[in-house]
Amino acid sequence: MTVLLVILLSIGIFFNGLGSIGLMRFPDVYTRLHAATKCTTFGSIFTSLSVIVFGFYLWGASGDSKYGVLALHTIVALICIIITNPTGAHAIARAAHRSGVMPKQAVIDELKEANLK
Amino acid sequence: MVSFIVTFLLSFVAYLFLTASQGEILGLWSNYEIIAALIISLIVAAMASRVLFQKKSYHLLNPLRWVIFLGYLVGPFFFAMAKANIDVAYRVITGKINPGIVKISPNLKNDAAITLLANSITLTPGTLSVDIDEKNNDLYIHWINVTNLKPTIEDICGSFPIWARRIAE
Amino acid sequence: MNQLLNIFLVPGVLLILFMLISLFRLIAGPTVPDRVVALDTINTLVVAGMILFGAAFEEVIYIDVAIVYALLSYIATLYIAKYIERRAKNR
Repeated sequence: MTVLLVILLSIGIFFNGLGSIGLMRFPDVYTRLHAATKCTTFGSIFTSLSVIVFGFYLWGASGDSKYGVLALHTIVALICIIITNPTGAHAIARAAHRSGVMPKQAVIDELKEANLK
Repeated sequence: MVSFIVTFLLSFVAYLFLTASQGEILGLWSNYEIIAALIISLIVAAMASRVLFQKKSYHLLNPLRWVIFLGYLVGPFFFAMAKANIDVAYRVITGKINPGIVKISPNLKNDAAITLLANSITLTPGTLSVDIDEKNNDLYIHWINVTNLKPTIEDICGSFPIWARRIAE
Repeated sequence: MNQLLNIFLVPGVLLILFMLISLFRLIAGPTVPDRVVALDTINTLVVAGMILFGAAFEEVIYIDVAIVYALLSYIATLYIAKYIERRAKNR
């Protein structure tokens, strides 16, 4: 049980940390969004999954419904994160491109040629 | 009428999910909580029933589509997401990037299908949806490692348009 | 029980460290979208951290606050993005 929790937590923490390190290392807004969105969403799924497993395990072991409530509310928070995170990233990318921040080192930019407004 | 019932059921389930604690019914809710949930969800449904289903299309209510959606989430989507994260990890550590913005035309007509496809693209390997051409539903995608300048749909997102069409169209 | 409690505390403190790393990008970012990306990352990390601390101290109310925080920060991100877009159009 403890081993499973430690494995889930270490995967989650590893990807969350990678997200913030990628935020420092990458050169422009779009590549930073890649690191920030994907890594933090995936890491948060794993850390929340460990809390869900912990809650359901203690609910079954002790019968106290407080732990079940903990797991249920964590599921709701996880659904909120999964739905809102890519949508927010899409909004930021679109606003960045329309406000004139161009991708650095780009080999092709078809959106600039299309020029929608 | 259908939209009223669906909004009522959704808000009822959400209220019960958020207020679960001790009580008589199933050991999680008390009787007063159920009555309060009924009253509040009736009020919410009366006020907000026109927000859902603005285009009067009810095909998303089919339970078979929900089952396919869940299968899609735990199967191909989760696998692609794990692959995406290992790919991003490799690029964070080595710093090798070759970015660009490309255009694909997935030929989807429905708003829900486009939303599902764009969110899937954002969370899967090396791609991030930037903008949409609302006339003919072309997606503009930032690709972190451009391998050919005129990509096919399989290069960007694999089998996701087929799944999106199966789920939401 | 005491041993299980420590399992969730250490990752929570590590998440606060990652928030500090992201804060550098928030201060140093050359353009406004850079700062918004850093803010969005910090918001996601705060939600994950609140869930972990809620499990560590066994308080359900922390997780309720995390749900509300996630929804509100999403609306704030969308609003800032709209603002940047409109300011660029008017200029």
